[in-house]
Amino acid sequence: MAEAEAVPAVRELTYVRAINEAVRLVLAEQSTAFVAGEDVAGAGSVFGYYAGLLKEFGPERVFDTPISEEGIVGLGVGAAATGLRPVIDIMFMDFMGECMDEITNQMAKMRYMFGGAATLPITLLTMSGAGMNMAAQHSQSLEAWLCHLPGLKVVMPATPYDAKGLIIAAARDDNPVIVALNKMSLRFKGEVPEAAYEVPIGAANIVRRGENFTIVTYSRMVHEALQAAQELAELGVDAEVIDLRSLQPLDSETVLASVRKTHRAMVVHEAVRFGGLGGEIAAQIQEHAFDDLDAPVGRVGAPFSPVPFSPQLEKSYVPNAAKIVAEARRLLGA
Amino acid sequence: MTAQPDDATLLDIHQRMTRIRIFETEAGKLMEDGKIPGALHLYVGQEAVAAGVMAHLSNADWITSTHRGHGHLIAKGGEFGRMFAELFGRSDGYCKGKGGSMHISNMELGMLGANGIVGAGPPIAVGAAFSCRFKQTRNVAVTFFGDGASNEGSFHEAANMAALYKLPIVFVCENNGYGEYTPQANHQAVVDVADRAPGYGMPGAVVDGMDAVAVYEAAGVALERARDGAGPTLLECKTYRFFDHVGVRGMGLSYRTDEELAEWQQRDPIVLFEQRLAELGVLDPGAALAVREAVAAQVQAGIEFAEASPMPDPAVLLDDVYA
Repeated sequence: MAEAEAVPAVRELTYVRAINEAVRLVLAEQSTAFVAGEDVAGAGSVFGYYAGLLKEFGPERVFDTPISEEGIVGLGVGAAATGLRPVIDIMFMDFMGECMDEITNQMAKMRYMFGGAATLPITLLTMSGAGMNMAAQHSQSLEAWLCHLPGLKVVMPATPYDAKGLIIAAARDDNPVIVALNKMSLRFKGEVPEAAYEVPIGAANIVRRGENFTIVTYSRMVHEALQAAQELAELGVDAEVIDLRSLQPLDSETVLASVRKTHRAMVVHEAVRFGGLGGEIAAQIQEHAFDDLDAPVGRVGAPFSPVPFSPQLEKSYVPNAAKIVAEARRLLGA
Repeated sequence: MTAQPDDATLLDIHQRMTRIRIFETEAGKLMEDGKIPGALHLYVGQEAVAAGVMAHLSNADWITSTHRGHGHLIAKGGEFGRMFAELFGRSDGYCKGKGGSMHISNMELGMLGANGIVGAGPPIAVGAAFSCRFKQTRNVAVTFFGDGASNEGSFHEAANMAALYKLPIVFVCENNGYGEYTPQANHQAVVDVADRAPGYGMPGAVVDGMDAVAVYEAAGVALERARDGAGPTLLECKTYRFFDHVGVRGMGLSYRTDEELAEWQQRDPIVLFEQRLAELGVLDPGAALAVREAVAAQVQAGIEFAEASPMPDPAVLLDDVYA
């Protein structure tokens, strides 16, 4: 079959362009899809990832909303339950507090509460992450809030390829899917096929094969972990790096298989360490692979503090390759 | 604008109100007897609102409801058997026993759920109204909420968005004088919630919520406006719940007087309506009694259906978390 088909076009694209292309393809393939959120139409979003979509699809399918996050998510819930496929934008993940009832008590639960009678194909795009000196209310990674809610799916792409594929998969999914993007990754480049494709929700990706140490991570920390793995290689540690991509559902099997091979593991995320996903993943590893472990499961995350503003303080706050290496060395006693 | 209800419509409204009253009264007894688990927020006293509005709607029109939602579902066409089965937590309930009183719903009837969160309905109804317009239909959404909910930010956000987008939606505030246990005068400075309508750029009207014809006529105007693409309306229906916030107790409550209840009961919406129907020669007292008896028999059959319905198999616990 390969010989009959043209070679699929692949080119380098930034993360922001990959998001734009994904949403454009979704609007083109789904006549009931629309994009709603603050500054998504006229401005093409403050991050630029809806640029051109208003012109291409018109104001009934791409439109600006008031600064009313609860209203925006409610619009998505009501529209989805009645037959549309909304793409809803919450500009910063930090603004989730404004719409947490609609997410927690309506979007996540309506199907179950209604005995399966309601279907909510909602894609909610939002922006997470620190590193741009945007201080405590525009820099958070709050995915742990969302992963705790049965009924939601939560994905966090690290690369342009995964951003496009996960957004398309989210839009084709009949469940509410939160796609938490990362603002420091917007200019990050990677190979992206032109065609529409899905990255399966719930499947982790082993981005570096290794034999004696496992780093489980997601979103921008994937790149920090890869850099850390290179430094660890110089110390004779051959680290496997797993990009979870999807946090809910979580690909526990890929994580456990790796730990059974390497016997040592660490979880890395940008979110505050206390109560973060790292705790859940570490617990699962000890529940299911305790006998395979040669060391406690390590966790790297942000300290228990709001994200600071000052560039100097923020730099010391956000996890990075050096912190990952330091924690790995501590675990290895090296 | 909208014509006065014809005889058939009057009888239809009477039927809807009677169905609500008898269902709710029996449900209250079943809760007292311990046969219905959990909390029941009963709609008795407010029947004219649901019946007067719903007489205009088809199954293709959407509503969102409140924690006091049985009346809305009944008026929208809910079947007693499946409703009681849901209140009993049985597998034949509208939500297969997973929602209960506070989440009772039926998508086929266009009923987007009772809701345990005060004020959660209006934003969802805005989405349903958007959907009606997106699909280029003349269908509408109606969101029912209380005076208490009118203080939630969600109501404000939804009202602003609905007016901004000129969506086909009607906001029906059932002002029963209390936000849970707190009298209206202690939870908002305005007397008429409808006064807020101009602030959102939509018309508002105060309606006697104990008068089903008044509700029907005002709702007719608002719904025509919505279907014609002229945007939302805020209808405030002044009404009263005869029972407590939860349960069936009506008298001897710490936060309101028995005299106040007695005054409102003088204006019982069903009694008033039956008097009117008798005066109009549409339904004499004997015929009204026959309606009540027929509905009571249907309610009993519904209870029997629910009692015969099996409890959900524990194996379904995790079904329908995801599609």
